[in-house]
Amino acid sequence: MENRLYTILVYTENTAGLLSQVSAVFTRRQINIESISASYSSIKGVHKYTITTYTDEKSVVKVVKQIEKKVDVLQAHYFTDDEIFYHEIALFKISTPELEDNPNISKVIRSHGGSIVEVNSVYSVVKKGGLSEEITSLYNELQETGCIFQFVRSGRIAITKSNVERVNEFILEREQKHRKHSGCKE
Amino acid sequence: METEFITGAEALMRSLEHHGVTTIFGYPGGSIMPTFDALYDHTDRLNHILVRHEQAAAHAAEGYARVSGKTGVCLVTSGPGATNTITGIADAMIDSTPIVVIAGQVGTSFLGSDAFQEVDLVGITQPISKWSYQIRRAEDVPLAVAKAFYIAGSGRPGPVVLDFTKNAQVSKFQYKPVSVDFIRSYVPVPETEPNSVAEAARLINAAKHPFALVGQGVELGNAHQELKDFLEKADIPCGTTMLGLSAIESSHRLNKGMLGMHGNLGPNVKTNECDVLIAIGMRFDDRVTGNTETYAKQAKIIHLDIAPSEINKNINVDVAVLGNCKDTLRQLAGMVYPARHTEWIESFKKYEDEEYYKVISKEISPGEGPLKMGEVARAVSEANGNKAVLVTDVGQNQLLSARYFKYSQKRSIITSGGLGTMGFGLPAAMGATYGAPERTVCAFMGDGGLQMSIQEFGTIMEHRIPVKMILLNNNYLGNVRQWQAMFFNRRYSFTPMMNPDYMKIAEGYGIESCLVETRKDLPEAINRMLNAKGPFLLEVRVIDEGKVLPMTPPGGTVSEMLLDC
Repeated sequence: MENRLYTILVYTENTAGLLSQVSAVFTRRQINIESISASYSSIKGVHKYTITTYTDEKSVVKVVKQIEKKVDVLQAHYFTDDEIFYHEIALFKISTPELEDNPNISKVIRSHGGSIVEVNSVYSVVKKGGLSEEITSLYNELQETGCIFQFVRSGRIAITKSNVERVNEFILEREQKHRKHSGCKE
Repeated sequence: METEFITGAEALMRSLEHHGVTTIFGYPGGSIMPTFDALYDHTDRLNHILVRHEQAAAHAAEGYARVSGKTGVCLVTSGPGATNTITGIADAMIDSTPIVVIAGQVGTSFLGSDAFQEVDLVGITQPISKWSYQIRRAEDVPLAVAKAFYIAGSGRPGPVVLDFTKNAQVSKFQYKPVSVDFIRSYVPVPETEPNSVAEAARLINAAKHPFALVGQGVELGNAHQELKDFLEKADIPCGTTMLGLSAIESSHRLNKGMLGMHGNLGPNVKTNECDVLIAIGMRFDDRVTGNTETYAKQAKIIHLDIAPSEINKNINVDVAVLGNCKDTLRQLAGMVYPARHTEWIESFKKYEDEEYYKVISKEISPGEGPLKMGEVARAVSEANGNKAVLVTDVGQNQLLSARYFKYSQKRSIITSGGLGTMGFGLPAAMGATYGAPERTVCAFMGDGGLQMSIQEFGTIMEHRIPVKMILLNNNYLGNVRQWQAMFFNRRYSFTPMMNPDYMKIAEGYGIESCLVETRKDLPEAINRMLNAKGPFLLEVRVIDEGKVLPMTPPGGTVSEMLLDC
């Protein structure tokens, strides 16, 4: 079965230690996490992880089921790139003297759509948002000029293209069922 | 009603009582002392059994749970007390056994400081428990305990860990009992897709040679009657996993025996001959399937399970029927046509006869030579009218007693299946006597496994726990020795073992005992054991180089069993 990049979106209750539980699902099965990013979601009290992993479909299905098995996980789904909008961000700390001496550097930054967010006499900070390959391309070209002091990039963040909000529906359905169920008992 | 201010420790006691707990297996220590102090005033309602090692507390809770279906409870201190329960927690996880382990923890202000007897229990147990939670405030106790019992016992059961900080034990709050039957992120029983039942029924109705695999899910779902209704209506023979051995009586005409590596020949051969394979509450463990590349390739496979994560995990299936098998079996029974598969069912006979002639008769009625494990197990089973609870340790004693015991009542086998935990048998059997006080509990152990939990003689002595202990002594770590003989050129690397005088040890603990070395003394000794009021140790000197047969070698094809080696 062919390996490809999958994006897994995990929605969890905001419980301590859950990230290590989720990442353990991967390590135990010898599957590498390419990137991971966590934040709160649009649903109150619910956290969202965006995880990317390079693996085959059979494995990603198993991983998603094992993640969903965790008591505090609401839902987990996997996607291919055509099913999501996704984005990454990178910051470059570069030498200001080099930036001033080498006109090619600002040309490269402009042509990649990067923006300079800080300039002082020692260093400047470039911010670049976009797809993984775009960031890599900017990095490679800046690296050639030898101006980079520091470089950092975020993990992927993603939202689905679907018109259906599965997690909201899941929570609604669960709570309706619970109300109905406890209503019957009284 | 006015609520009253009580400590977290007292709240734990009341919460346990609120959830119907009557028995606790535990061991006190520094950071759980406030809780044991509270327990001191609850001993009229909470029967605390002081074990001699915390691992035994966890296994005893497992034995209690497995025989009764209720959640077992163990109470230990922080640090080493807590880590000693780890094996039991992992064992309960892999065998789906509901237990709640409550461990003391240092106060929250000390957390992360490497304080005395501090260990990151939640971090350690997360991968091996169903849920693991740290109680940091007294007011969290009622909800944490309610969630713990709900999670442990619902859906596919499993172990839950509560890490109880010292400050939460001693501070006071207004207590009100709490019950939980809903956690929004947790779906214990998945919805059954009606189409999946219809599709399964269609396959079964079209089958000429259907075969069912029965697992512990039937016991856990209390689906014994539903299983029989289904099998009998569609006339489907079945094999059982080791944990599912008592899900259907041994004597049932459709029960063709045990599956797997040391199971019976017929069900293993027929797994690779049937046209529709119906797996019920089992998880296609590698000890059942052997080589998955050659497993039931000719069959359409239907899998009934409560855990979505088990579907297509080890074996790809054609139809997955999610849900509690008590419900799904009932639905399925309603949709399958009455059928007769007489010829197919009779075709098992050939393999039964072959196995009986080549293996079973030599094991249960060898007539001469040294005593064999199988004949001891069969004799004990029959002396109990096949009604006893069998608890095993791990190894040859386990496989042979599981094979040669007979089961006529549900929840009659307690064994460490998934983890294969030596030392499990004795404490699990202690727990089982509390879970089913009206039943006879027989613990089969080898000389290796008994010595891993031999300190529990102290617990048995103190509480006069009526465990019937059968020690099958061959002076070897027998199963490993068998594998060394088969796969390592008989190089017996550290499997021969020198044994103590068990009669003297039993005497030291005031436990009645008896040593049997010859066949003719066995029946009388068994009678003595069963007639003894309290605990009894029956040591049987068995053949030193005995073998568990038949056998599918590891990684081998399930239908190609060795009948001799």
